[in-house]
Amino acid sequence: MTLTVVPPEPASPEPPPPAPAPPLGAEPAAVELDYLRAEPGIRSWLTTTDHKRIALMFLVAVTLALILGGTFAMILRTKLLTPGPALMSPMTYNRMFTLHGVVMVFMFMIPAIPAVFGNFCLPMMLGAKDLAFPRINLASFYVYCTGAALTLWGMVHGGADTGWTFYAPYSTVSPTDVAPVAFGVFVLGVSSIMTGLNFIATTHMLRTRGLRWHDMPIFVWAIYATSVIQVIATPVLGLAVTLVALDHALHMGIFDPALGGDPVLFEHLFWFYSHPAVYIMILPAMGVISEIVPTFSKKHQSSYRALAYSSLGIAFIGFLTWGHHLFVAGISQFDAGVFGLLSMFVAIFSAIKVFTWISTLYRGSITFNTPMLYFFAFVYLFAFGGMTGIAVATTSLDVPWHDTYFVVAHFHFIMIGGTLTAFLGAIHYWFPKMFGRMYPERWGLVSAFLVFAGFNLTFVPQFLLGNAGMPRRYYSYPVRFHILNVASSLGAYLLATALILTLAYLLISLRWGARAPANPWGSRGFEWRSPSPPPVHNFVTPLDPTRGPYAYDEPPPDEVPPVST
Amino acid sequence: MNELLRNALALPPQSSSIAREIDTLHYTVILTTIAGVTIAALVTAVFLIRYRRRSAAIPLTPRVILPIWLEVVVFGGLLAMFCAWWLVGFIQYRKIQNPPPDAMPIYVTAKQWMWKFAYPSGPTSTDVLVVPVGRPVKLIMTSRDVIHSFYVPQFRIKQDVVPGRALTAWFEAIEPGTSEILCAEYCGARHSLMRGQVVALTGDDYARWLDAARAPLVLPGAKGDGHGLAERGRQVAADRGCLRCHSLDGSAFIGPTWAGVFGQRRRTADGGEVLIDEAYLTQSMMEPRAVIAAGFPAVMPSYQGVLTPEETSAILELIRSLREVSPAQVVPPPAVPLEFREAPAAGPGPGRAAGVVPGSVPGGAR
Amino acid sequence: MTAPARVPAVQIQYDSLERQHVTARLGMWVFLSSESLLFAGLLALYAAYRLAYPVEFHAASTHANLVIGTVNTYILLTSSLTMALAIHATRRGRRRDTVLLLVATMAMGLTFDVLKAVEYAEHLAEGIAPGGYYTYEGLAAHGAVLYVTLYYLLTGLHALHVTGGLVMLAWLTVRAHRGDFTPGSHIALELGGLYWHLVDLVWIFLWPLLYLIG
Repeated sequence: MTLTVVPPEPASPEPPPPAPAPPLGAEPAAVELDYLRAEPGIRSWLTTTDHKRIALMFLVAVTLALILGGTFAMILRTKLLTPGPALMSPMTYNRMFTLHGVVMVFMFMIPAIPAVFGNFCLPMMLGAKDLAFPRINLASFYVYCTGAALTLWGMVHGGADTGWTFYAPYSTVSPTDVAPVAFGVFVLGVSSIMTGLNFIATTHMLRTRGLRWHDMPIFVWAIYATSVIQVIATPVLGLAVTLVALDHALHMGIFDPALGGDPVLFEHLFWFYSHPAVYIMILPAMGVISEIVPTFSKKHQSSYRALAYSSLGIAFIGFLTWGHHLFVAGISQFDAGVFGLLSMFVAIFSAIKVFTWISTLYRGSITFNTPMLYFFAFVYLFAFGGMTGIAVATTSLDVPWHDTYFVVAHFHFIMIGGTLTAFLGAIHYWFPKMFGRMYPERWGLVSAFLVFAGFNLTFVPQFLLGNAGMPRRYYSYPVRFHILNVASSLGAYLLATALILTLAYLLISLRWGARAPANPWGSRGFEWRSPSPPPVHNFVTPLDPTRGPYAYDEPPPDEVPPVST
Repeated sequence: MNELLRNALALPPQSSSIAREIDTLHYTVILTTIAGVTIAALVTAVFLIRYRRRSAAIPLTPRVILPIWLEVVVFGGLLAMFCAWWLVGFIQYRKIQNPPPDAMPIYVTAKQWMWKFAYPSGPTSTDVLVVPVGRPVKLIMTSRDVIHSFYVPQFRIKQDVVPGRALTAWFEAIEPGTSEILCAEYCGARHSLMRGQVVALTGDDYARWLDAARAPLVLPGAKGDGHGLAERGRQVAADRGCLRCHSLDGSAFIGPTWAGVFGQRRRTADGGEVLIDEAYLTQSMMEPRAVIAAGFPAVMPSYQGVLTPEETSAILELIRSLREVSPAQVVPPPAVPLEFREAPAAGPGPGRAAGVVPGSVPGGAR
Repeated sequence: MTAPARVPAVQIQYDSLERQHVTARLGMWVFLSSESLLFAGLLALYAAYRLAYPVEFHAASTHANLVIGTVNTYILLTSSLTMALAIHATRRGRRRDTVLLLVATMAMGLTFDVLKAVEYAEHLAEGIAPGGYYTYEGLAAHGAVLYVTLYYLLTGLHALHVTGGLVMLAWLTVRAHRGDFTPGSHIALELGGLYWHLVDLVWIFLWPLLYLIG
C-alpha cells in the first residue's frame, strides 16, 4: 500500500462528521494515488481485491464476449441474406446461433452491468471502501473466466446446437457436444451467484454512516433487486443445465419419455430461472437510466420510491411469470391464464419506471450529451420491447407468435435496445470516473445515433418476419421472407459498424482523451464526489450523505478535493 | 381496413375460422403499442427541447413530486387495459385450445424431420394434410423423438408436439387452398426444412380424395371394413395384451370396457368426473394411475415407451370407433379375477358398466 | 506447537470487527438460501414425478436400504450436535475440546460417506443404476427408474456437499489446532457450523422422501 494519509483509521471510535480539512495545499505525494496507478504491474492487477480494478477486468472480459457474440451474429445475418443453403452447413449454422445465444446471455448480458458498473459504483454509491467480500469478488471473476473457458472449449471441441435454451429431449440426444457448454453455463452461474451475494451483503452492511435505504441511489436498488434474483434463481438454472449435461453425457434419462420422464418439466425448470434472468439483464439497465436522467436533467427523480420499489416488484413478480413461455407447450389452460395475468402485472412496474423517467425531465435543465441520447433510445426501444412483451403475453396472440421472429425481435428490443443501450450509456456516463479521461462528445453522439438507426433497421423487419410466420432458428427459409431478411442483415451491419466505431474512439480516449475533472457532468451522485479516477479506497474524505444524490434543488455539496497529477 | 392492416403488418392470409378475430386483437394491441410508444417518445423529445439548459451555469431545479392521483390514474388505466387484453386473449386462447365436439380427428406423428398424418378411415400421408373446408379438424399429435411444433401461419395455430404426450390442436379451414406447415420448435439439423402443406378441399373433392387414398390400402385378404386404423388398433390391442383386461363388447373385466365409452363422462375413484376423449385415453395409457375409473383397481402398468405413437393412435381410433356400441348391451361381468377388484364404491348400484354415467353426454344422438 | 493467538485483522471497508462478522454471517445465510434452491429444484422434479408415478415410487422406495439410511440419519444428526458443541467449546476457550469435537464431527461425516458408498455399491450390484444403466428385473423400469435416478441425483448431490463439508472441517480443525479461534472471534468456525447444519437439514428432507414414503 502506498502513502495513505488522508482517510482516518477505520476503527476510529466515531466518524468525524465533517471531514478534517482536506489537504488542499499538500504535496501531490501526500495524496493517495488513484486506483489505476496505485500498484502497477500485471500481477497486482490479477491479484487485486479492489472492486474498481475487478470491474475493469470484467469490462474487458464482457467486451470480448460482446465481440465474440456479435461476430456470431454477423455471420448468422450474412447467411440469412440467402434463403437457401449458403456459406455454411445447417449444423454449423445451428451451432452458431446456439453459441451466439449462450455467449450473449451468459457471458455478456448477465454480467455486463452488474459485474462492471455495479462492481465499480455500488461501493462508491454507498460510501464504502470496498465490497463486503473482496476476495469472493476476485474469485467470481476467475470463476467467470473458467466458465467462459469451458464454454469456449466446448465450442471448439464440437459445439452445441440446442439453442441457448437447451430444451430436452433434443439436448440430450443432439449429435453435438452439449455437456461442456452446459457445464460452462453452470460455472458462469456460480460466478453470477457470488457477485449477487456480495452485492446483497454490501448493501445491507456497508452503507456509510447516515445513509438510509431511502437515500441510496436508485442504481443501488436496481443492483440489489438483481442480486436477489441472481442468488435465488441461478441455482435452479445450474441444476437444469447440469441435468441436461448429465443426460447427454451419461444418459441419465431424467427427461426421457421412454423412461417415463417429461420433457416439459425441463422447460419449467429452465424458465423458472431464465425468465427472472431477463430481469437480471434489464433491471441494472433501468438503474443506469435512473442515474443518467437526473444527472443530465439536473432534476430530482419525480418519484424516488416508485423507481426503488418497482425494481423490487419486478424482481418478485418476475419469479411468477415463467409459464408464459409455455403457452403452446401443453400446459393446462388454467396455468396459461394465471401466468398470462401475472405477466400483465410485471409490465406495470416497467411502465411506472418509464413514466417516472420521462416526468423527471419536466422542468429540468437538460444537456444533451451522449448518455442522454442513449437514454432517449432506451425509452423508445425499451417501451416498444416492453409493449410487445405484453402482446406476446396475451395468450391467444402468443399462439401464432411463439417461437417466431416476432419473439426474437421482442427480446432483442429488450436485450439490445434496453440492456446494450444502457450499457453503452453507462460506459459513456462513467468513463470519466473510471479512467479519468473524457470521450469525444461529437463522436459519441454520432455513434449513438448510428446504433439507434442500425438497431431499428435490424429488428423492426424481424417483427414483420414473425408476423409473416418465419420461425426462429431457421437455416433456410421460404423465399417470401427474403426481402425482410436482407433488410435485417443490412441493419445488423450498420449496428456492428456503429459499435466498432464506439469501441475505437473509447480506446483512443483512454490514452488521448482530455483529462476529466472529478465531476464533469455536475452530478450530485455520490460517486462523483471523489476524484476521477478515484483513489484506492474510493473517497479522499468519507462520504457525507446528508445531501442526497438527486438534490438538485439545493446548492451542490463542497468541492471535491484534488487528486495527484 | 382488415386487409390494409393485414398487409401492413405482413400477416399471411386468414385461412381459418379463428384467424380473423385473433388478428383483430393483434391490430388493437399493436396499434396501441405504436401509439403509446410514439406518445412516450414525443413527450420525451418535447421535454428534451423545452427544458434544455439555456445558461452556462447550472441552475437549481424544483423538486416536482408527482401527485399520487396521477400515478393511480395512469397505472390503474394501463393495468385495466392490459387486463382487458388478457381477458380477450384468454377467451380466444380457450377457443383455440378446445376443439368443437364434432371435430374430425386426424392423428399426427412428428419425427425428425417429417409430419405423418393418419386418418381414422385408414389412409396415411406424409407432409401433406388434406382436410375438408368448413369442417373442424382436430389434430391429435405426438412425437416420436424430440419436441416439434406444428405451426400453420395462415391458420394462426401452433402446438408443440411432445414425445410421450398426445396434445391436440384444431382448426377449420374456411376456403379451399394450401397453407404451409412449419416446425416452430428447433429439432435438429433439418429443422428449417421440416415443412409440409395443409390442402383444404371442398366437401366433394375431399370425399373423392379420401376414396382414392383409401383404395390401395385395402390389401387382398385383409378384413377390409374400410376402417383401417381401428382394425389396426384391434390387432395392437390383442398383441399388447390390452384385451386381457379391457373388453370390446361392453362387459367389464379388470379394467373398464372400451365399448360405448368414447365421448362419455366417467366417474373417477377420487369422486370427480372426466370426459373420455383422446387426451384422457392417452393419459390412461401413459400414466394409468393419474386418473382411476371408479370401481376399478389401480393395476394397469404404464405403456409409455411400449406403444409406438402409431399404435397409440390406432388404439384411440379403435375406442372411438366403438363409441356407438351402447352401454345398454352390458353383460354381467364374467367370473374373472375379481380378487383384484377393490370394494365397489358405496352407493346405489355402482356403475359396473365401466363407471360410465349414461346420458350425461348426448352420445346416443350421433 | 502453540502459535500465539492471532489477532484477526479488520478489513479496510469495515469500521469494526463485529460488523465484519455480522456481514460474514449474512453472506453465509444468503449463500445457504442459494444452496437450498439448488436442492429445491431437484425436489420439485421429485414432486412432479412422484405425482405421476405414486405406485412405482412406493415400490421402488422399498428397495432402498432403510437400515443404512436410518443409521446415517442418526450419524448426521449427532455430527450436527458435536459441531455445535465445538463452537460452544471455542466460546468457552477450550481449544483441545474444540479440536476433538471437530475431529468427531469429521469422523461421523466420513462414516456417512462410507455408508453411502456401501449403499450405492449394493444397489449397483443389483442393477439399480440411474437412467439408461438400470437393469434391475424386480421392478418394471418404467417410472421406477425415475425414482432411482432422482435417488442418485439427490443423495449424490448431498454426498458432494458432505464431502465438501469434510474438506472444510479439516481446514477448520487445523486452524483450531493452531489457535486461530478465540472466544471472541471465531467467525470461520461459526460459518462452517452453519454450512454443516444445512447439510444435515437437507438430509432430514431426503430421508423421509427417499426411504420412508408409502
